[in-house]
Amino acid sequence: MFSINVPRLKSIPKAKNSLGLSIDDYKGAPSTLCGGCGHDSITQAIVEACFELSIVPHQVAKMSGIGCSSKTPGYFLREAHGFNAVHGRMPSVTTGAYLANREMKYLAVSGDGDTGSIGLGQFMHAIRRQLNMVYIVENNGVYGLTKGQFSATADYATTNKKKEKNGWLPIDLVGLALELGASYVARAFSGDKAQLVPLIKGALSHKGFAFLDVLSPCVSFNNHQGSSKSYQHIRDKREAAFDAVDFVPPAKAIELDYQPGMQERVQLFDGSQVLLHKTDHSYDPTDVEKALAYLRQAKAKGEIATGLFYVDSSAEDFHTVYQTTEGPLRNLEEVDLSPGQVVLDKINDALR
Amino acid sequence: MLKRTDTSDPSYYHKVVDCQYACPAHTPVPEYIRLIAFGRYTEAYLVNRASNVFPGILGRICDRPCEPACRRGRVAEQPVAICRLKRAAADFKDASYREHLPKIPTQKNGKKVALVGAGPASLTVVNDLMPLGYTCVLYDKKQIAGGAVAQQVPEFRLPREVLQEECQNIIDMGVENRLGTEVTSLQKLLDEGYDAVFLGSGAPIGRDLTLPGRQENAAYIQIGLDFLANVNFGHLKKISGHVLVIGGGNTAMDCCRTALRLGASKVSVFAPEGFDEMLASPWEKEDALKEGVHVVNNYLPQEFVAGANGLSGVRFQHLSSCYTAKKEFRPIPSGQPDLVLDCQMVVLAVGQEVQFSYAEPGLLALREGGRGIAVDRLTHQTSHPKVFAGGDAAFGASNMITSVAHGHAAAISIHLFCQGKDVAKDREKPSMTLRSQKMTLNQWAYVNDFSDTHRHHVPEHDLAERLNHLEAEVELGFDIGLALKETKRCLNCDVQTVFKEKACIECDACVDICPSMCLNIIEEPESEVALRAGLKIPAENLATDLFVATVPQTKKLMVKDENICIHCGLCAERCPTDAWDMKVFSLHLPKAGNL
Repeated sequence: MFSINVPRLKSIPKAKNSLGLSIDDYKGAPSTLCGGCGHDSITQAIVEACFELSIVPHQVAKMSGIGCSSKTPGYFLREAHGFNAVHGRMPSVTTGAYLANREMKYLAVSGDGDTGSIGLGQFMHAIRRQLNMVYIVENNGVYGLTKGQFSATADYATTNKKKEKNGWLPIDLVGLALELGASYVARAFSGDKAQLVPLIKGALSHKGFAFLDVLSPCVSFNNHQGSSKSYQHIRDKREAAFDAVDFVPPAKAIELDYQPGMQERVQLFDGSQVLLHKTDHSYDPTDVEKALAYLRQAKAKGEIATGLFYVDSSAEDFHTVYQTTEGPLRNLEEVDLSPGQVVLDKINDALR
Repeated sequence: MLKRTDTSDPSYYHKVVDCQYACPAHTPVPEYIRLIAFGRYTEAYLVNRASNVFPGILGRICDRPCEPACRRGRVAEQPVAICRLKRAAADFKDASYREHLPKIPTQKNGKKVALVGAGPASLTVVNDLMPLGYTCVLYDKKQIAGGAVAQQVPEFRLPREVLQEECQNIIDMGVENRLGTEVTSLQKLLDEGYDAVFLGSGAPIGRDLTLPGRQENAAYIQIGLDFLANVNFGHLKKISGHVLVIGGGNTAMDCCRTALRLGASKVSVFAPEGFDEMLASPWEKEDALKEGVHVVNNYLPQEFVAGANGLSGVRFQHLSSCYTAKKEFRPIPSGQPDLVLDCQMVVLAVGQEVQFSYAEPGLLALREGGRGIAVDRLTHQTSHPKVFAGGDAAFGASNMITSVAHGHAAAISIHLFCQGKDVAKDREKPSMTLRSQKMTLNQWAYVNDFSDTHRHHVPEHDLAERLNHLEAEVELGFDIGLALKETKRCLNCDVQTVFKEKACIECDACVDICPSMCLNIIEEPESEVALRAGLKIPAENLATDLFVATVPQTKKLMVKDENICIHCGLCAERCPTDAWDMKVFSLHLPKAGNL
């Protein structure tokens, strides 16, 4: 907690978005995380992305499980809906919510423990079912709430704060998401909002399962030498497939001036585009094989690959596959739910 | 490469404390406001006194350059009522403050200084030199100390006992009192063997208007300064009829309000400039309007018109504008027919001038292209090495707080001069101390909570009744409750955000939490113009600085726009490495006593 409430200053000329809201309208309660936590930067990046996209706060459902990361939905979009699920069970709760109301934006925040350990099975099935949601993992490689044990994403042979070595190989959530068919897969770093904010905007505009693995240093337990998830280490080893990213809203997408070869644009479902600045000319973000190969190569070189690895804007989502009703269930009238004897007879006849 | 901020120079942090920077005497405003908030009124008074010598007087009549400068006016509507809080410190102090006044050594240093005029500038010099063992001889034509403040400030703005208390504290230091003795010859004074002479003779001559009819109607026309002095000394107790005041400054407002109290049936003030251009302080205009003074703008007097039984009125020309863009007086008539205003008495408050008839011609070099004598802006020395000048006498009519600042500066020079040192080169440079306000995690030694209350109004004497009592003070001052509420509005600008760049890990915690969005970590642009435009909130106020430092990991810039910071300390609170800290800044200005 802070010593004071964060004041809202009316005389400071803060910008307004197309809804007439200021960035302060997208904030939440003060963070109770340690000062300097990467998660707070991701919170701010979500606030900035939602503000800039003029997202209507109450049309968002913030989903989370348990952990430092899963506390953060309290710190953004105070006007939004939210559900804080049991540890690792956020994906199934989101599945239920998405079944009931397909029109809301599902913005899920989880951690490497909530997703990589206790909730790994749930995570995999949410991808497999192509929920139309944004799934952000705030990945710091440690269990911060229980004072810094290695998590399942901690790299092999890195050390904890007491200089003990990790003897296990890490789970690569990005690789897993690509294998299981997530249709928007990216990795970013909490300390680089210039890359992170456009990636979140792209994820929010994408239709299908958008996965963001965000490296988020834990300043209290995992920001030392020997850690592969410290601010310094990530900055030293980061290699971006695309060194910067721009998000271009639908209205401006037409006038976009881009240089083929150097840049790549990816069309999203709603007409907006993600503009990628390539550092590797051969990279193709629509080819999942190349994405996997790129990740393996970076890993072999000891580099941390970041950027938007893969996008498939044509992927079918959960409701299309299931052929569910078009709107949210709450909109169904009695006549829809109980269409009467004539319809029942028709069905019965078809089964005779 | 853009220039990085050098915070080792005290002037950087000084400028951040807008009120203190704007105050000619550099009173540490936030420091005394905090003392008031803690109920330490006597200490608040003494902190004030060390800078401005007359907190009780200035708490009522100061020109308040601090208030338009106050950060609060930029980030949250109206400035803090600084002047009223100064008065609160003076009102609530206890008598023990006298024990802490400068101690006067019984052993004198053998140096003797004469002071011409007993106004605020001279009294400040005395206040600074007496504790060093000087013998000070104070001359004034009038029997009382205080100069223009005693003679021209109406009692309803400044009670006599407040004036006397603070002047007497200085006289009581053991001054050789020559009040009532007019200095008629500077040469004679120098011949008496003084080691230095300070000229603080003010700007006592009210300007006249040489218009047709001036001579014939002389009995009905008064000079504003004389009018006010006559009332203050009890020579003029009653007037009647319609009184017309000509002028647009604070003296004009005082004349109007005094005339109302003396029994004028109606008081009008005519100014050649527009309402907003008038030199009078906004609150003085406001008070005059509230009391029923008719303020008429854009009229230039042409003639005093005589009637059968004396003055019948004044003829005015209507102006379309009065000043050029460069603030030069260049009236342009609008072409409307002239206006003749009926009135029974005219008061002229159209400026005032210095008076050096006591200085023999050739003794002091004159100011180039202006009236008065040549005085050095820094040292206050005149062309005669032994003669120094300050207050209105030095550079023309200004205000009381400026005179106090002159007094301090001149005292340093006189002290250096009497020790045979160079008055310019041997002056000390300002220095500073910075003390961390961090107590423990999320706890600060200052109140960092932001109060978004509006400026509190000062209680006033009943409007109808005050006009019947010339001596009744209009402003009653804050009571303790109101004063405490008002102290909470101060943003503590002297509690500085101090950045230790080597410790920064670029986690963005400070940037993300800042409620005024004044912090930025950005790539270095080519110019300051681009930098200012590229901040999260573009830094359009060029009068305030940008703090610029390099952060270690990415070599980007940490940029803070000092214009809109509210000094809440949340950046330091969220900083995991203490790269940001909140440190209270104390400016140490050279004083005669420190040399």
